[in-house]
Amino acid sequence: MSAAIEARGLTKRYGSFVAVEALDLRIDEGTVFGVLGPNGSGKTTTILMLMGLTEVSAGSVRVLGLDPAREPLEVKRRVGYLPDAVGFYDDLTARENLRFSGKLAGLRGEALEARIREVLERVRLAEAADAPARRFSRGMRQRLGLAEVLLKAPRVAILDEPTSGLDPQATHEFLDMIRGLKAEGITVLLSSHLLDQVQAVCDRVGLFHRGRMVLEGRVEELSRRVLGGGFQVTVQTARPAGPPAAAARPAGDGVAAALRAISQVNRVEPAGEGTYVVHAERDVRPAIAPAVASSGAALLGLAMRTPTLDDVYAAYFAAQSREASTPEVRHAA
Amino acid sequence: MRREGSPLKGVGTVLAKEAADHLTSVRLWLLEGLMLLAAGGAVYAASGRIRDTVSEDPFLFLSLFTVAREPLPSFVVFLGFLVPLVAIALGFDAVNGEHSRRTLSRLLAQPIYRDALLIGKFLAGLVTLAVAFATLWLLVVGLGLLMLGLPPSGEEVLRGLAFLGVTLAYGGVWLALAMLFSVVFRQQATAALAALAVWLLFAVFWAMLAPLAAEAASPAGPLGALERAQLEHALARLSPNVLFGEATLALLNPAARAFGPVLFAQLEGALLGSPLPFGESLMLVWPHLTGLVAALILIFTIAYVLFQRQEIRA
Repeated sequence: MSAAIEARGLTKRYGSFVAVEALDLRIDEGTVFGVLGPNGSGKTTTILMLMGLTEVSAGSVRVLGLDPAREPLEVKRRVGYLPDAVGFYDDLTARENLRFSGKLAGLRGEALEARIREVLERVRLAEAADAPARRFSRGMRQRLGLAEVLLKAPRVAILDEPTSGLDPQATHEFLDMIRGLKAEGITVLLSSHLLDQVQAVCDRVGLFHRGRMVLEGRVEELSRRVLGGGFQVTVQTARPAGPPAAAARPAGDGVAAALRAISQVNRVEPAGEGTYVVHAERDVRPAIAPAVASSGAALLGLAMRTPTLDDVYAAYFAAQSREASTPEVRHAA
Repeated sequence: MRREGSPLKGVGTVLAKEAADHLTSVRLWLLEGLMLLAAGGAVYAASGRIRDTVSEDPFLFLSLFTVAREPLPSFVVFLGFLVPLVAIALGFDAVNGEHSRRTLSRLLAQPIYRDALLIGKFLAGLVTLAVAFATLWLLVVGLGLLMLGLPPSGEEVLRGLAFLGVTLAYGGVWLALAMLFSVVFRQQATAALAALAVWLLFAVFWAMLAPLAAEAASPAGPLGALERAQLEHALARLSPNVLFGEATLALLNPAARAFGPVLFAQLEGALLGSPLPFGESLMLVWPHLTGLVAALILIFTIAYVLFQRQEIRA
């Protein structure tokens, strides 16, 4: 697979402040890559360098084999960019806004009009096509932004915080559209600080922290590396109906002990009345039901929780602050 | 490192969009209305005075632009005052407006260079100014036809068109300045106020400051009087308003043959009061026109360089 985006030692300095430091990045064509990090960690600066919209201080970038500093027009012709909190001309309609961008991208005439209809349909804005952009909600603006990205039929789409500020429904719709891009073979680079959403669509993620990409890999890989891997199963039980004397007995201990006895279970944490969280090396769900039954309790619920990027994040930054006094360890690939 | 591709790609698209925005904006129509009101008043007053005078003047029509009747100033004085306002109104939010609407990074992600955006916006401003001034000019000429009942001669039309050109160059200087401030200041209000401050400086205070500065530079004395007057004149000419005033004076009043201090020796053999041919008047104002265009290019270049170096991020 060839690389859609490749950066080596990419660095951006603003005076003495280092916004992005020695970034090595490779995004294969046709994949969805998530750039994660808190605000100010260098995500947008990286994107601007990829687009040739800001100068590179050191290192090199290739986007589809082109140098964005030397051939910005060629890069921008092939790469669609949806900026963070995108804005439109309020007095123009959605269609007129797209027409302007399309003309700048070199489209003309009926081909442009047809393309506009097509992309508006795609982002489900066909009905609002002739409404002025000032009436658009945040979610509609983001979708219009995506329509603009699609307008030039890009090979790479770079989306900066596309879901921030959207309500859950709009977020869900937007993520669906991003999956649609992937299905079309468009390489997607997505930046976000909302981890669960990135997790839902990305093949690989890179975790940014203070201008460095500190972790990079598949979501599962990352969780294994940072959290030490494993599965978490939440078990809900109820004490069996029986004589009051039996009910008064702390039944929980029996259940916890039975769970702990299952092979490859690392630890069992109580999490409220009759509820336990089981940490294990493998998927232990089949073994849990008999174990609970043998302890005399009733099994109410069994839920498997794969670690989210939130957990990865929290664990990583917790480790960072513990290591604050020791030299920073780089985990980046 | 050389950039690939033409920096002018997209200029036409930006120009068309911006010009359409300007021509439909409330802002422009308010100012155009104000100019029309001023022009109507000035021309009406002037035509009243012209009809009262019975002296023979081969350039009666042109005096429509220059004659004033108290308390109204003449049409050209009005223009000298209002043109910068219109130009500032068109330019003060050119770049920072894109920033605050969050459209700039989206635009620059299209396959165009920044050059296209700035040049397109500037040309759109110039086109808008040209349309506004030409409209005004035609209306004044039409009004003059009605009120004086006298068609302008060929030379008068030529002089009038040259006057239109000078007005456009003058407006261009202020447009470039307003755009410069729109690049420098992120706040649109700051940019507008800064541009208005410069306008106020040249429209009102420069005429007072130039003599003071000249006096400070060469202390009073009977011998230095001429030098001081010349210095004062040179300083005054740093103001685009003064350049515009002198240029319009020479174009619309064919009898004008010199600016600033003139020695008696220089007047020997001159037929005072007799009009200069159009070509000679044009030669007289050529330095002014050049000066205005040079100022326009200089200011635009500064804005251009600053914009190229600017970070897109807020």
